Amino acid sequence: MADSNVAISSQSNSAPAGNTRPNAEQIDRLRERAEFVRLETLRLIQIAKVGHYSSVFSCAEILAVLYYDAMRLRHGEPHWPGRDRFLMGKGHAAVGLYPLLVDWGFFPAEVLDEYTRLGNPLGDHPDRRKVPGVDFSSGSIGHALSAGLGMVLGARLQKHDFDVYVLLGDGEMQEGQVWEAAISAATHKAQNLIAIIDRNGFQLDGRVDDVNPIEPLADKWRAFGWEVHSVDGHDVAAAATLFRQLKVDEKRAAPACVIAKTVKGKGVRYMETDPGWHLGYLAPEDEGRAAAEIRSSRRTP
Amino acid sequence: MTTLSAESWQYRQLNARAPGLSYLSNALIELVEKGYPVVVGSADLQYSNGLVRFAQRYPERFIQFGISEQNMVTAAAGMATTGVTPFVATFASFLALLCCEQIRTDVAYSALPVRLIGHHAGISLGFYGTSHHATEDLAIMRSIADLTVVAPADGPQLAAAIRASVDWPQPIYFRIGRGQEPVVYEDSADFRFGEAVVHGRGDELTIIACGTMVHPARTAFDVLRKDGHSVGLIDMHTIKPLDRVAVLSAAKGTRIILTVEEHNIVGGLGGAVAELLAENSSPARLVRHGIIDEYSLIAPPTHLYRHYRMDAAGIESVAREALQQSTAS
Repeated sequence: MADSNVAISSQSNSAPAGNTRPNAEQIDRLRERAEFVRLETLRLIQIAKVGHYSSVFSCAEILAVLYYDAMRLRHGEPHWPGRDRFLMGKGHAAVGLYPLLVDWGFFPAEVLDEYTRLGNPLGDHPDRRKVPGVDFSSGSIGHALSAGLGMVLGARLQKHDFDVYVLLGDGEMQEGQVWEAAISAATHKAQNLIAIIDRNGFQLDGRVDDVNPIEPLADKWRAFGWEVHSVDGHDVAAAATLFRQLKVDEKRAAPACVIAKTVKGKGVRYMETDPGWHLGYLAPEDEGRAAAEIRSSRRTP
Repeated sequence: MTTLSAESWQYRQLNARAPGLSYLSNALIELVEKGYPVVVGSADLQYSNGLVRFAQRYPERFIQFGISEQNMVTAAAGMATTGVTPFVATFASFLALLCCEQIRTDVAYSALPVRLIGHHAGISLGFYGTSHHATEDLAIMRSIADLTVVAPADGPQLAAAIRASVDWPQPIYFRIGRGQEPVVYEDSADFRFGEAVVHGRGDELTIIACGTMVHPARTAFDVLRKDGHSVGLIDMHTIKPLDRVAVLSAAKGTRIILTVEEHNIVGGLGGAVAELLAENSSPARLVRHGIIDEYSLIAPPTHLYRHYRMDAAGIESVAREALQQSTAS
């Protein structure tokens, strides 16, 4: 177990910070949390012997900003009805989510050590039936935005005001159900629904722009009636500032889409340059090199 | 929101054509009145399924998804996580075939109490053709773990099943017809999930029917009994969990089991009964009646029921043939 997990355990995220930028201390902490996601991902995939390193690395800062700045959560209360929801359309990045759920006290840390072993609740894809803190299961690409929309619609009837964050892969844009949900969410003015697209540019068979291009992406979402924002998905200060703005924007009548420009495999140079790392397994010496590079890149971004 | 006066063309059409479907809306309205957190979703078929009645009564509890059935089913699962009870409806063919993965993974595996209403099941959409026929839905839905599968015989039984569903923890697939089925049960119909309704016992032949086939099967049952045959009839409204006791006790006391369903004979009610009889070494002979593993012709539904011997006279003739074969052997 990484020491950082024990050292920096959050009790709750600060009260809504309004239209402000995070301060230097907050920025440092968010960057440390992104590093934590990457290091824990390395460790867990060594247990499973195969996993999606680079899919997690592209969204490590997004996960850190959501779980340690944007989202309203209560430590140790994964089923608190008022919590903000997080859904992972790109479910194959769940290995990066589990350590955060442990850090929030949603299930014991020891469970991580048996990641993917027989009977363990943690698999390659997040499972709400088995894992406290997973708000919705995923795995089959394209369902999550519909589920998030349903949560917003249910919340209206139940008089809850939580926000629902749905992290989507950019390859996921090729799924038809995403656009069914996009139309419906605009129809129902689901302003508490926030889609985040991890625009890392790659899918299994190659570059998204070669396999089945999805641009102009921002124009598509705008045309579907969404409010669209773009952000550098590795700049925790910029991302936190944007999510803080979205949190307090009472005037928004439409769902919001955040296109996060990211680098697949971010933090480990040979993964950034080789899309073959979508799925893989590191020899122990390579794991050590990757960890060292991740640590040094936080110190010198 | 839709505003549709009681004098409008659509409304009059609705009431004239599908009186059985009024039970669907009325039962859901009743649940809301009793304080249950019901929310209803429709995918551009509120006139076909009559849910426009609910929509007008409780517009804030009615969600129009347009023609996005998969989105509707997954969104229903999302809604259910917040503590509401979603009832979502579309044609059975679209629900069971188009949305199969959403039902399996997002609803049933996720153990969320979504109620799926597959209406116009079987060949009841007649000349709309194979795209709109559902003769596989029972087989598909029955193979999904943790999903309850129900095929009520008529409006009153559907309403009773909906009332009973408030205490039922699993997600449910309700398979219903087009709302023109003659009534089998009175409004006070009792309903318990997994407990078949035994209309009578007989030692020559026992008909096990479900859904839209219960009414014609009952007519056939009456005629055969008047002719002096010892015939039984079971309404197997719950396909899953199957009432094993009802099937096995009938099989013990009867020579022939005849299953009747508006469905392919593969994998549905006939399949479920066959599995049970085989596993228990039942000596009763099984005859499965329904659509015999083919795609239905197109025609007005009543013509199709006659053609496929799924009306009362057809079921009676299938039963007589089985009885004759049984006597001959």
